[in-house]
Amino acid sequence: MTTYDAGHYDVVVVGAGHAGCESALAAARMGCSTLLLTISLDTIAYMPCNPSIGGPAKGHVVREIDALGGEMGKVIDKTHIQMRMLNTGKGPAVYALRAQADKVLYQREMKKTLETTPNLTVHQGLVERLIVDKGVCHGVVTRTGAKYFAKAVVLTTGTYLRGRVIIGDLSYESGPNNQQPAVELAHHLLELGFDMVRFKTGTPPRVNKNTIDTSKMEEQPGDKEPRAFSYETTEFITDQLPCWLTHTNERTHQFIRDNLHRAPMYSGVIEGTGPRYCPSIEDKIVRFADKGRHQIFIEPEGRETMEMYVQGLSTSLPEDVQLSILRTIEGMEKVEMMRTGYAIEYDSIVPTQLWPSLETKRVENLFTAGQLNGTSGYEEAAAQGIMAGINAARKVQGKEPVILDRSQAYIGVLIDDLVTKGTNEPYRLLTSRAEYRLLLRHDNADLRLTDIGYEIGLISEERYARFNSKRQAIAREIERLRETKVRPTPEVQSILVSMGTTEINNAVELATLIKRPELGYKEIAQMSPPPEPLPADVEEQVEIQLKYEGYIKKALQQVEKMKRMDEKRIPAWVDYSKIAGISSEAREKLEKVRPLSLGQASRISGVNPADISILMVHIEQGGKAYLKQDS
Amino acid sequence: METDTIAAVATPAGEGGIAVIRVSGPEAVSIVDQLYKGKKKLAEVETHTVHYGHVVHPRTEERIDEVLVTVMRAPRTFTREDVVEVSCHGGMVPVQKTLEALFAAGARLAEPGEFTKRAFLNGRIDLSQAEAVIDLIRSKTDRAAKIALSQAEGRLSRLINKLRSEILETLAHLAVNVDYPEYDAEEMTSQFLEGRCRYISSQIDKLLSTAKQGKIYREGIQTAIIGRPNVGKSSLMNALTQENKAIVTDIPGTTRDVIEEYVNVRGIPLRLLDTAGIRETEDVVEKIGVERSRQALQQADLVLLVLNFAEPLAEEDRRLLELIGRHTAVVIVNKMDLPGQLDLEEVKQLIGDKPLITTSLKEERGIEDLEEAISQLFHLGKMDMGEGTYVSNARHIHLLNQAKESVDEVIQGIEAGMPLDMVEIDLKNAWQYLGEVIGDAVAEDLIDQIFSQFCLGK
Repeated sequence: MTTYDAGHYDVVVVGAGHAGCESALAAARMGCSTLLLTISLDTIAYMPCNPSIGGPAKGHVVREIDALGGEMGKVIDKTHIQMRMLNTGKGPAVYALRAQADKVLYQREMKKTLETTPNLTVHQGLVERLIVDKGVCHGVVTRTGAKYFAKAVVLTTGTYLRGRVIIGDLSYESGPNNQQPAVELAHHLLELGFDMVRFKTGTPPRVNKNTIDTSKMEEQPGDKEPRAFSYETTEFITDQLPCWLTHTNERTHQFIRDNLHRAPMYSGVIEGTGPRYCPSIEDKIVRFADKGRHQIFIEPEGRETMEMYVQGLSTSLPEDVQLSILRTIEGMEKVEMMRTGYAIEYDSIVPTQLWPSLETKRVENLFTAGQLNGTSGYEEAAAQGIMAGINAARKVQGKEPVILDRSQAYIGVLIDDLVTKGTNEPYRLLTSRAEYRLLLRHDNADLRLTDIGYEIGLISEERYARFNSKRQAIAREIERLRETKVRPTPEVQSILVSMGTTEINNAVELATLIKRPELGYKEIAQMSPPPEPLPADVEEQVEIQLKYEGYIKKALQQVEKMKRMDEKRIPAWVDYSKIAGISSEAREKLEKVRPLSLGQASRISGVNPADISILMVHIEQGGKAYLKQDS
Repeated sequence: METDTIAAVATPAGEGGIAVIRVSGPEAVSIVDQLYKGKKKLAEVETHTVHYGHVVHPRTEERIDEVLVTVMRAPRTFTREDVVEVSCHGGMVPVQKTLEALFAAGARLAEPGEFTKRAFLNGRIDLSQAEAVIDLIRSKTDRAAKIALSQAEGRLSRLINKLRSEILETLAHLAVNVDYPEYDAEEMTSQFLEGRCRYISSQIDKLLSTAKQGKIYREGIQTAIIGRPNVGKSSLMNALTQENKAIVTDIPGTTRDVIEEYVNVRGIPLRLLDTAGIRETEDVVEKIGVERSRQALQQADLVLLVLNFAEPLAEEDRRLLELIGRHTAVVIVNKMDLPGQLDLEEVKQLIGDKPLITTSLKEERGIEDLEEAISQLFHLGKMDMGEGTYVSNARHIHLLNQAKESVDEVIQGIEAGMPLDMVEIDLKNAWQYLGEVIGDAVAEDLIDQIFSQFCLGK
């Protein structure tokens, strides 16, 4: 294939899924001339699996992306068909927003945004090779021979990389939903010396709404209260569509058991490792044999289509079996299947080969994000996408990378887990992965990250000013509640009793009173209103920050401990092969991960506290030797 | 560089004459000040000076030992941090208690080799010594690992593993409720969690009490002999000590006014309390009998109440019988060689299921029965004497206490109406503290647990 010089860019992003879109937008908005290449312009921001964005931990991430100046939140706010706040019966740290998406509208909206963003060129093309010289990446080459030169390249190959679809005993090379796979690039990455693993994921069948009886199912409406992911959204969609809940039954399970021999999961066709949190229905029946029924959610794929997603029925059983299974389910006795469920295997890069900036250690100026790094989920992909885009742009501009730590953002947890611990299954974010989840709340993503978004140039002056006045209003009101006391006057007592709480004996600060379980900010403000009414988001912050102060403090103390270790940098001259006394497992892991700080080193599994102590001593010793040489 | 303050015994373990506890770190002086009672606050004394005083537990205010304290301020110290050295009497008891008091005041137990490491990191030790430090850390950790390993097969770690898996299941349940709100797992209720936590707390209590049993082995069962004047307290003490070759821990060079005697009863060490007092008051007319007994009872693990068979039950006897109500006690009716005035049936009714022994100490009768009764009460015969080392035990107790505190904080949080996903932070802490006891800290366990316990997926 003859090649030709197709142009020079600061940043080239390969792949236009959820990671690629955020990457390209971030780089372009930070002033880099950016090219976004995708196998098909028709699959920009495509959701090949569930039609939803958000949920616990994932919804938090969407807010974080928004606070950093990313796009996902804004687009879903404009294109959803339903929005719900989950976990409202629990504490504020785990409230989680989730939207049902109109897949087509989401794609269209994101595509339009990309097309109209300055500095950003969108082009259809299948990348087969990278231009790498002496360990530095200089661009990409497409199947049509176009050579695009770049100062930094971001790879976001999703499930396309040597993708293989499996349905029963049928299997063929394919990207998601019968798209073209990227096969050459997979071989090329192996040639470059990257460690690759094979992962697997799957998707359930889609059915025609006109052939199901929703009257036999439980309706799941959206919230009445208007909600949004983005801190910039001001217009809310009120016209929402419901989802439905039904269940599998003993007949379903028996039918699956009878056909297990035809499942590729059990016949050995599948070699990739699938995620435990996303098992296929056949896997669920086998592993949890005593569970009498499993939930099935029926979710619309969009407003203008009858196609429904059957959540809970991910499967790679043969097509005929899939249809029969569907028809055992209540309300689906006469269902017509529109798309067959399938499993898909794909290549991922072992993520411990990455720096926390998402640049690869092996090839400089090459960044990777999304499923290529071993994650699963649109939100996880978008999160890495924006960070890779930011750091690629900063690299081009000669600036230090932006690395979020575990106490700052779920994004920090996600990336630190990946590059420090690696993953042996497609990685999904869970709130339980975040040790400081009381700090990483859905409600305070802006307070945590807007400063950073502004500093890197992704948050506008106007938005930043608005944010700052919110922040000040919160601080002022908290101050006021700390300074204002109510006295046990008959009037106050009767208010307290009417609110279902007990009377007070002495004068009490409002900031203390709000900690009572029966009271919230609204009740406190009723007793002692602020000088002028406050916006709801300010009230919410004041209430959360005061009510859960004790727990937040506890979490902050733990953060302090972690920070002390994270601030201790491991100098580049450290040579693990020369450190006596370190265990061999620790040595191997440390050499592979090459942690940047003692904190990161201590999170590597297999590296114990004694190894860290020895490493500390070694660094101190080397530091002195270094100084001696210098003088 | 380091911000916390550490403490450990700096002299070799064992029954040396004097034991030195070294405290190092920015809070060294203020922490020791919390338990040191002397002429001056240590905060006010010159550096590199020695001071006489007493160690008193900061919470219980129990007087622990008479000590010499050396205050050395940074940087002219071993670690180049503020260092305070407390010289105690070398017995296990004062050292252990002083260490516990230091932990209660905010110090933490030093890791193996940590003083040396700090010395090194603060530039105190020459470069050439670096390798020695590394060897030290390595060898001490290996030893610690061995201890952990030997205990991993023991009862303690089995119990801890059981508790940890209970907590882990609970954490996984909470996590599933949070991460999969629509999944049809039962919602964890606060009543359920509170019940779980109360159970776990009581189990940790049990563990702590077994730690106390271990301590009993090392330190002896604190035994109080009480009774009206002239019932035979002194004779009982003599009988026990003669029979069992008393060890008199009269530490040379001290001015302790309390002499404690240790006797070994069928392998169970008894530490007889206030023996000097008994000797004294048996000779003179006792004015403060009940009051004195009340005090002795406070510290006692075992009470031996002596009654006189030759006299009817006196009002004072009745008050003493009431006093021992909640204690582990043996009631001894002495002077069986004399004509009986005491209604034994009435005494039996008053003491319930406590053992009643009749003796004639004068004729050396009944002592066997008494010893049998004591060994029945503390049937510790099966206890493994070699359980752990001195330091790792202090560490265990410390960690178990922290674990219990954390679980109790969960309960408090629930009572204060806090959401379960908030109080979870304390439950997780408890799980980690327990893990540290058996040398198994944070891991991916929780995530694994979630997916093995619940069937989740799209």
